[in-house]
Amino acid sequence: MSWLQKLLPPKIKRSIGPSKRAVPEGLWIKCASCDAVLYATDLEKNLNVCPKCNYHNRLSARARIDMLLDPEGRYEIGAEVVPVDSLKFKDSKRYVDRLEEAQRQTGETDALVVMQGAIKNIPLVAAVFEFEFMGGSMGSVVGERFVRGVQVCLEQNLPFVCFTATGGARMQEGLLSLMQMAKTTAVLTQLAARKLPFISVLTDPTMGGVSASFAMLGDVIVAEPKALIGFAGPRVIEQTVREKLPEGFQRAEFLLEKGAIDMIVDRRQMRDQLAQLITLLLRIAPENT
Amino acid sequence: MKTTFLEFEQSISDLEAKIEELRFVQDDSAVDISEEIARLQKKSNALTKELYAKLTPWQMAQVARHPQRPFTLDYIGALFTDFEELHGDRSYADDLSIVGGLARFNGQSVMVIGQQKGRDTKEKILRNFGMPRPEGYRKAMRLMRLAEKFEIPVFTFVDTPGAYPGIGAEERGQSEAIGRSLYVLAELRVPVICTVIGEGGSGGALALAVGDLVMMLQYAIYSVISPEGCASILWKSADKAPEAAETLGITASRLKTLGLIDKIINEPLGGAHRDHAVMMQTMKKALQDALRSLGNKGVDELLETRLDRLMAYGKFKEVEAE
Repeated sequence: MSWLQKLLPPKIKRSIGPSKRAVPEGLWIKCASCDAVLYATDLEKNLNVCPKCNYHNRLSARARIDMLLDPEGRYEIGAEVVPVDSLKFKDSKRYVDRLEEAQRQTGETDALVVMQGAIKNIPLVAAVFEFEFMGGSMGSVVGERFVRGVQVCLEQNLPFVCFTATGGARMQEGLLSLMQMAKTTAVLTQLAARKLPFISVLTDPTMGGVSASFAMLGDVIVAEPKALIGFAGPRVIEQTVREKLPEGFQRAEFLLEKGAIDMIVDRRQMRDQLAQLITLLLRIAPENT
Repeated sequence: MKTTFLEFEQSISDLEAKIEELRFVQDDSAVDISEEIARLQKKSNALTKELYAKLTPWQMAQVARHPQRPFTLDYIGALFTDFEELHGDRSYADDLSIVGGLARFNGQSVMVIGQQKGRDTKEKILRNFGMPRPEGYRKAMRLMRLAEKFEIPVFTFVDTPGAYPGIGAEERGQSEAIGRSLYVLAELRVPVICTVIGEGGSGGALALAVGDLVMMLQYAIYSVISPEGCASILWKSADKAPEAAETLGITASRLKTLGLIDKIINEPLGGAHRDHAVMMQTMKKALQDALRSLGNKGVDELLETRLDRLMAYGKFKEVEAE
């Protein structure tokens, strides 16, 4: 120890070098619902469903696809479509900067991943929202990828499944994003004309312009437990009606009770359940799957 | 009807007040002041012209929401005959924020559907400020299907701050009602002509604005979210609404450039509310032209073109996939 170090009071010394609290990040995760401290790999293995309270924590689009589709024969659709800032939109931040940040954080180019593949050997196309990408908001790219996914279904006679996790339309694209509601809904008329099933799976959250377009038009509508689903956000409603919202308002269980959805399915049974529904609709005997 | 002036029209308002005053004294005045009145009137018009030539999007939003602006029922009353209003969604209620019914346009049977705002407090409440609930959209869909069944073209008039965000509306499936309406309009086998006459507020407006031809009045606005709503989310302050209005691109001219609407219908000097009669004439011509342009198309061609247009909405770029 040099004479200088000896002179320094111990307090300062301690602040130099790595902090004592340096535990590897992301090893332990707190469940968003029951606050249980969970080992990250355990949670991941359980498809992000809390083993203690069964709370369905949010899942990234790619993780969702991995748990959903058979591992072989996957083709991504519409990855070539990427966003532009046609309005030169700027609030406290420029839209292009927000896009770049979201792309860096998520590794995705926009908020929807569309994948052709199969569930238990039943070929289909699945579109999955990435909520971490600007709140899963729907802009031109989301709309276009959705449509391209449906077009593949039309070309190859496949059912279409969509997992939503979104706050609604993407404000930064102005009316262009509103028009995606009309665009995505309109393409479903083609699917219906060909008698190809559309199954809509609502995950937490499914709100605004997405819920008020194709999401509620599934031939069968499935939701994950406790998912927040609605048109207007709870805060907006509270401000409008100036009263406290009832317990469980706009949750999947509430929608089931009101007759808005067909069923609530646990994430761990989702694959089986979807396979079951599609084979029933397409009149495929169970032994063929 | 005495014109209500907007905040940014203060200079016009002052001038008009002066003219009014002069007119009042003219009757018992010995000197002829009509020349002076005419001069001031000319000045007021010039001022209005100047002001309206460069309205900001936020000012336009004020005009679009003007309480004296013609509403759906005003257009129905002036441009259609034999209007038979049809009520109810057949399952829950009759939502008065959407009106609709059969009528004749130049003698031809048509279906007219539109959001209806109120002018005075009582009517505003009755019409729920033009904010429909699910039953409103379900009534609209019922009328669309009725029109389809009897091969009657549909006119819609769009004028709403948005669909109503309430507890009951959510319970009865506001989302499904709007989504279903988009679906029905996308496949409806009759011509659909939509006109945004005032405020085109988000999904609640879009639910009546999918068709073969989407027109918009010169000072109407059409937006994914209200400028106030956008400002309070992105700027965390509703005071930034003018900035939000600017960047959201809510005006007819901007949306025409983006290819999201087909036609802009001009308004009289100072906005539709200043001269209902002139507005009605212009609107009648626009609706006639619109109907004529679609009239001789076969249903399949109509639907194909409608779908192609919807599929073309959106701006993105394509890159080599990795």
